[in-house]
Amino acid sequence: MIRKILAIVLLGAFGLALVPFEQSLDAEQKAVQLRSVPIDLDLRERLGQMGFLAALSGFRSALAAVLWIEAHNAWERTEWGRMAGLFDTVTTLQPRSLLYWDMAAWHMAWNASLAALDDKSQPSEALRVRNQRQYIKLGRDYLIRGLRNNPKSAFLQERLGVLLRDKLDEHCEAGEAFLKASELPDATPYIARFAGYELSKCPGHEQEAYDLLKKLYAKGPEQRKPTLVTTLKELEKKLDVPPADRIDSPQL
Amino acid sequence: MFTRIATIARNTFTELVRQKVFYILLVFALAAIGSSIFMAQLRIEAQFQMIKDVCLGSMAIFTSLLAILATASFLPNDSEDRTIYTLLAKPVPRFAYLFGKLGGIIMLLLFFTFMMSVVFCAVLWMREQSALAQIHTEFSGAPAEELQLAVKSVTDATFNSNLLPGILIIFVKAALLAALTLFISTFATSALFTVMITAAIYFIGHLQATARESWLQGADIQWWTRILVALIALLFPDLQAFNLADDMIAGAAIPWEIFVKTFALGWLYVAVYASLAAYVFAGREL
Repeated sequence: MIRKILAIVLLGAFGLALVPFEQSLDAEQKAVQLRSVPIDLDLRERLGQMGFLAALSGFRSALAAVLWIEAHNAWERTEWGRMAGLFDTVTTLQPRSLLYWDMAAWHMAWNASLAALDDKSQPSEALRVRNQRQYIKLGRDYLIRGLRNNPKSAFLQERLGVLLRDKLDEHCEAGEAFLKASELPDATPYIARFAGYELSKCPGHEQEAYDLLKKLYAKGPEQRKPTLVTTLKELEKKLDVPPADRIDSPQL
Repeated sequence: MFTRIATIARNTFTELVRQKVFYILLVFALAAIGSSIFMAQLRIEAQFQMIKDVCLGSMAIFTSLLAILATASFLPNDSEDRTIYTLLAKPVPRFAYLFGKLGGIIMLLLFFTFMMSVVFCAVLWMREQSALAQIHTEFSGAPAEELQLAVKSVTDATFNSNLLPGILIIFVKAALLAALTLFISTFATSALFTVMITAAIYFIGHLQATARESWLQGADIQWWTRILVALIALLFPDLQAFNLADDMIAGAAIPWEIFVKTFALGWLYVAVYASLAAYVFAGREL
């Protein structure tokens, strides 16, 4: 009897010691973005009972992969609405995966938007254009949500810049996005140039663009791409830069 | 004593191998290779993520299933074919018998995880080589900077230093489940009961952290709440702590200290459940 009581007491003590250890490990894991995905009722509704159970049991990534393949099949059948629903679920399951955000945005802003514009069943051009814009904005929203979950991602920030530039012609916003991306770790070397190009097309930001591109030009031949040189020359004319400060000045 | 435990462990391992559990490896290989063939339709970066998702997910499923099913069956089987009586009639203490059996199952899980990792790495390597060849063809006329970036995007997406800790944590989780199943099987009346109870604990264990967080919120926590949480923490291991592969695939790094703590927590649970099993089994009427 005494052995049993002693065993229970020892076990209780062990359990009590374990709780703070598990709590601190939980906090440490969350701090480095491990096990930080909230599993909520919204996800339960989207996944269904079995899917939710799988997500709870530690098979989140495998489930996301299966749903992604389903989304790929939906793409082949051009079921854009279904794709968007599946993308929502996949990105909720794996919000740290940059690839899912990027691909979801690309499918919506490029493929679905073009399909909407080319929709033969819709006779009104105005409505087709409106639908196209809606899909592009849906794509942009994926990237914005992706950035909310991964604020230090230069990749997603860059993709947002590309979308704003190529699909929405929002040069000021695209310039800002590229600029933010260029300040993040892991930014690719050309992003700062992209920021300069877009800001040069944004009214009121020409001086900012000029300063940025000039700084890049001063870094050496690896940054002196034809577009950068042409843009700088155009800005020099526009901003009326004194000849001595211009890039083709013999003094520079 | 250690020699006895090692002998039982070795025999258990051989016995499990003879039960053709390695057919699961074949299923895993098929899933890995099949998914890799399908993934060829996707974008290069997506292919690697999908292969990792499918392979690491399958590894987690198969090792957990193997741990529960193999452990749940050995006590009833040994009782049924009376091997247990022959063994315990010799100078083999009951705890040595249990620890040996658990050792054999853990050996099997380790070997199984290793074999699956080899298949996974081979599939990943093959896809990496094919993607690199494709990139070199596509970027043949492109500037060196662009080619370098494209090659880096592929190599970064395939093998990284996080894969090994991720796989080891999957193995530790399986070992923990084996020890937990062993503990339950010492007082269970059948293998089915053991499997059902372990499966229930498996699901509860994944929610344990959420419940703990909710109960321990606020400043005025009663002493009995702490006792209850301690009891729950002991009976239902925090299995979410071992689900690092999901976030690792998504790009999160596993710092060394966190890996060591998680790994140690897993073995601590193994030690506690094995001791509990030995204690209960010592008083069991055979």
